[in-house]
Amino acid sequence: MSSNAMTIQDVAAPDRTWTQVLHEWVTTVDHKRLGVLYILYALVFLVIAGFEAAIIRIQLIRPHNDFVSPQVFNRMFTMHGTTMIFFVAMPILFGFANYLVPLMIGARDMAFPRLNAFSFWLTAFGGFLLYFSFLGGNGLYGAGNAPDVGWWAYAPLTSRAFSPGHSSEYWTIALLVSGFGSMGTAVNIIATIISMRCPGMTLSRMPLFAWLNLTMAGMVFLVIGPLTAAQLMLCVDRYLGGHFFDTQAGGSATLWMHFFWIFGHPEVYVLVIPAFAFLSEIIPVFSRKPIFGYPVMVGATICIGFVSMTVWAHHMFTIGMNSYANSFFAITTMVVGIPTGIKIFNWLGTMWGGRLQFKTPMLFCMGFLFQFLIAGLTGIMLSAAPFNWQLSGSYFVVAHFHYVIVGGILFALFGAFYYWYPKIIGRMLNETLGKLHFWLFFIGFHLCFDLMHIPGLLGMPRRIYTYEPGRGWETLNLLVTIGAFIQGIAILVFVVNMIISYFKGAKAGNDPWDAWTLEWSVSSPPPAYNFASIPTVASRRPLWDLKHPEDPDSHYD
Amino acid sequence: MSWCFREDSAANGKDVKRMSDNSNDVDWKIICGRMAGVLVLLAGILFAAGLCLADSPKDNSVPSIFEPRSTPAESIRHLSFFVLSVTGLIFAVVFILLAFAIVKFRSKSGDRGGEPAQVYGSTQIELAWTVIPILIVAVLFAATAQMIHAIQDAPKPKEAVEVTAIGHQFWWEFRYPKLGIVTANELHVPVSDPAHPTPTFLRLLSADTDHSFWVPQLAGKTDLIPNHPNETWLDPHETGLFLGQCAQYCGTQHAKMLLRVYVDSPEDFNVWVRRQQQATNQDERGAAGRHVFETTACVNCHAVGGTNGTGRFGPDLTHMMSRHTIASGAADNTPENLRLWIQNPDAIKPGSLMPAMKLNDADLDALVRYLETLQ
Repeated sequence: MSSNAMTIQDVAAPDRTWTQVLHEWVTTVDHKRLGVLYILYALVFLVIAGFEAAIIRIQLIRPHNDFVSPQVFNRMFTMHGTTMIFFVAMPILFGFANYLVPLMIGARDMAFPRLNAFSFWLTAFGGFLLYFSFLGGNGLYGAGNAPDVGWWAYAPLTSRAFSPGHSSEYWTIALLVSGFGSMGTAVNIIATIISMRCPGMTLSRMPLFAWLNLTMAGMVFLVIGPLTAAQLMLCVDRYLGGHFFDTQAGGSATLWMHFFWIFGHPEVYVLVIPAFAFLSEIIPVFSRKPIFGYPVMVGATICIGFVSMTVWAHHMFTIGMNSYANSFFAITTMVVGIPTGIKIFNWLGTMWGGRLQFKTPMLFCMGFLFQFLIAGLTGIMLSAAPFNWQLSGSYFVVAHFHYVIVGGILFALFGAFYYWYPKIIGRMLNETLGKLHFWLFFIGFHLCFDLMHIPGLLGMPRRIYTYEPGRGWETLNLLVTIGAFIQGIAILVFVVNMIISYFKGAKAGNDPWDAWTLEWSVSSPPPAYNFASIPTVASRRPLWDLKHPEDPDSHYD
Repeated sequence: MSWCFREDSAANGKDVKRMSDNSNDVDWKIICGRMAGVLVLLAGILFAAGLCLADSPKDNSVPSIFEPRSTPAESIRHLSFFVLSVTGLIFAVVFILLAFAIVKFRSKSGDRGGEPAQVYGSTQIELAWTVIPILIVAVLFAATAQMIHAIQDAPKPKEAVEVTAIGHQFWWEFRYPKLGIVTANELHVPVSDPAHPTPTFLRLLSADTDHSFWVPQLAGKTDLIPNHPNETWLDPHETGLFLGQCAQYCGTQHAKMLLRVYVDSPEDFNVWVRRQQQATNQDERGAAGRHVFETTACVNCHAVGGTNGTGRFGPDLTHMMSRHTIASGAADNTPENLRLWIQNPDAIKPGSLMPAMKLNDADLDALVRYLETLQ
C-alpha cells in the first residue's frame, strides 16, 4: 500500500515556480498542509514572544534597572502572555491535531476541509491584528501602541478612562477573531473523530491521541463562548457606552473576572490535554508496551474535562468571595488533581517492565513527567485558599504556570516534534543536536523556573517592571535571567536542527520508530490522500497486529 | 475488553530469563536509591541555596511569607507547612518510582529482538492509585476549609482599630473613620497583645482600578476592587516596619505602589494618633509657599487641613512630614526628593499621575519650605 503511494506522489510532482507553490499553500484545504501552516505560524510567534520574554528578563536582571520604560515593560508582558497562549500554544496544538488525527483514525482529510482552512486563516489574522497594534494602537490619542492591560485584561483597566487609544481594541478584536477560528477547528476535530473513523475503529479502539483531542475540542467548543461574550461586552462598553464593566456607573469588575476565568482555567487543560496526547503515543512506543489502563486513561481525561469547568474561581481567591465559595473552589481544584495523578501513574505503569529507549522524544517526555509532577503539586499548594492568599499574584504563581506550560506542555511539544518530524518532513531530526537541545533546555528551565518560585515566597508580586533593592530578590532574579537565556540558546539549537535536518537528515522511511498507529503505515511525508485504500483495523494497535501476526492485539480486544 | 497480562510469544522464554540474568536486584536498588538521593539532594540544595541567596536579615526587610508576625499570616504558614509536607511526600514517592523505572527498565545494549511482556493494565493497581489520592484530597480539604473559615469569618472584637484603605493609581489612602485621621501610603497600627487583642480591620475600596493589599508578614492579600468592598484584618504581635506592595496589576506604575505598615507599641500609636489629629501648623516660614500651594493646581488633587486645598485625587498632605517616604514609597521624604518630585515626577516614578508643576525656582523653594512645615 505504502510503496504504491510513494510512486504516485513522485509522478504527481512536476516543477513549479515559487508563486505556484505559494498559491498552493495559501489556498490549500489539505489537513496536513494546514497542520504545517499552523505549526510554522506558531513557531514564528514563539520566537517573537520569546524575544518579549527576553526583554522582560533583562529589565528584571537587577533592581531599579532602566533597560525599558514601565510602559514598554507592561506591553511586553501583556503581549508575551497573549501571544504565547493564543498564538503559539493553541495553534501549534491545533496544528498537530490537524495533521495527525485524520492519519491516526484512517481518514483522508478532516470532516470540513474548507472550514479548516477558514479557521486557520482567522486565527492567523487574529495574530497579525494583535501585532498591528504596534503600528495602529496609538490612534489619534498618542496613548501608546500595543496593549498593556495584562493578558487577562481585568476590568476596569480596559475601560476608556484607563486605556485610551485603540490598544485594547486590538487585543479584544484579535482574540474575538481567533476565537472564531478556534471554534471552527474544534467543531471540525469533533466531527472528524465522531464520523470519519475507518472501518473497525470503534471508539474504544481509537488511539488515545484521538480521544484526548476529542476532549480538548469539546472543551474549546464550550469555553470560547464565554470569552467571546466577554469581548463583545467589552466592545459595547468601549464603543457603545455600555456599563457591563464600568464600575463608575454601577458595572461589575468581578463579572469580567468570572467570564475570563471560566474560559481561562479550562484553557489550561485545553493546552495540556493535547500534551497528554503526545505522551500517550510516545511513551508506549519507546517503552515497547501498550498504554497501561487505556479505559482509565480515557475516563480520567473526560473527568478532567468536566471537573476543570468547575474550578475557575481559584484564580480569584483574593477578590473577597465568601468562605463557602472559596471552599467550593478549593475542593474542586484539589479534585481535578486526582484524574491528573491517575494519568501520571498510568504512564509510569506503561514504562514499568518495558524496554525503555531514551531517544530524544522519550527524553522530553521524561522531562514532562518530572516537571508536570512538580507543577501539579505547586498547583495543590495554590488550591489551598489561605496559602493562595499569600501565593496568588506573586512570582510563585508565575513559576507555577510556567512549570505547567514550559516544563509540561512545551517539553511534550518538543517530544512531539522529534517524534513526528520524520513523518511530516520525511527526514529524521539529528539525535546529537536533539540531546544537546534537551539537556540545555532542561538545565536552563530548572535554573530559571525553580528559582523563580522563591522571590514569590519572599513577597515579590508579578507584573512589576522594577523592584526595590534589599528585599532578597536580586541574586535570584539575576540567576532566573541567566536560566532564561540558556533556554533561548537551546531553542536556537532546535531551530538549527530543524533546518539542517530538513536538508541533510537521514531518510525516515515509513516507520522509523517501529510504532503501532496508522500514520506510520503510510509514506513519510504521507501522500495528499493519506491512504490509497482506507484501512480496516481490528485493535488499538493496527501496526502491531501487522508486525506480529502470530500474536495480534486483536485476539484480546 | 482484556485486563490481561500477556507475554510476547516470540520472546517469551528468553525475555524472562534475560531479566533474571542481567539484573542484579540489589545493585539496581542501590543505584536507584543513590540516583534518587542525589537528585532530591540537588533539588534541596538548589532550594536552600535560593533561600540563602535571598539572605534574609532579621530586620523584616525581606517580606517573606515564612516569617509571619501577625495571626492570619501565622495561621497561613501553619497550613502551608502541612500542605508542603503532604505534597513533598507525594513528590518523593512518585519521583522515586519514576527514577526507578528509568534506571531499571532502560533497554540495554545487549537487548536484541523481541518485545517485553505486553501488559494492558491492572484493575487492582489502578483502583489503588485512584482511592489513595481521594483520601489525600479529603484530608487536605478538611485542613483548608477549616483555615478558610478561621481567617475569613473571624469576628471583629470591639477593641479592633478600623481603617478604610482606598487604592488609587498608584498610592494608598488610609482613613481612620473613628479617629478622624486621613493619611497615605504608610499605615500605622497598634501591636496586638494576645491577651487583649487589638487587631486592625481594614475595609478595602478602590477609587479606580483593581489593586491588592499585600504585606506578606502580616496577612495574605485581599484585592481592592471598585464597586466591590472587601475586608481583611491584621493582628501583629511585634512592633516594627513591615513592607508590602500592590499585588494586583493596576496600570503603568503598579511596581512602585509600595506599602509600609508601621506596627507601633500602644503608647507610640497613641502619640501618632494625637499628632495626626492636630490642626495644621500655620508656621510663618511657610506663608509664601502656602500661597503658591493655594494658587496653583496643587489644590485640585491634594488636601491640607485649614487651607482651600481639599482635593482627594492625590494623597492628603496635612501631616506629610510625619511620613518617611513620598510617591508611595518610591523615594525618601527629603527636601531634595520633594523638589524633584514637584518639578519632574517622571524622574522618580515615570507614568505616575502627578503632573510636572512647572514652577519657577523661587516658587518651588517656597513650596518645599511650606511642605516641610506640615508636621
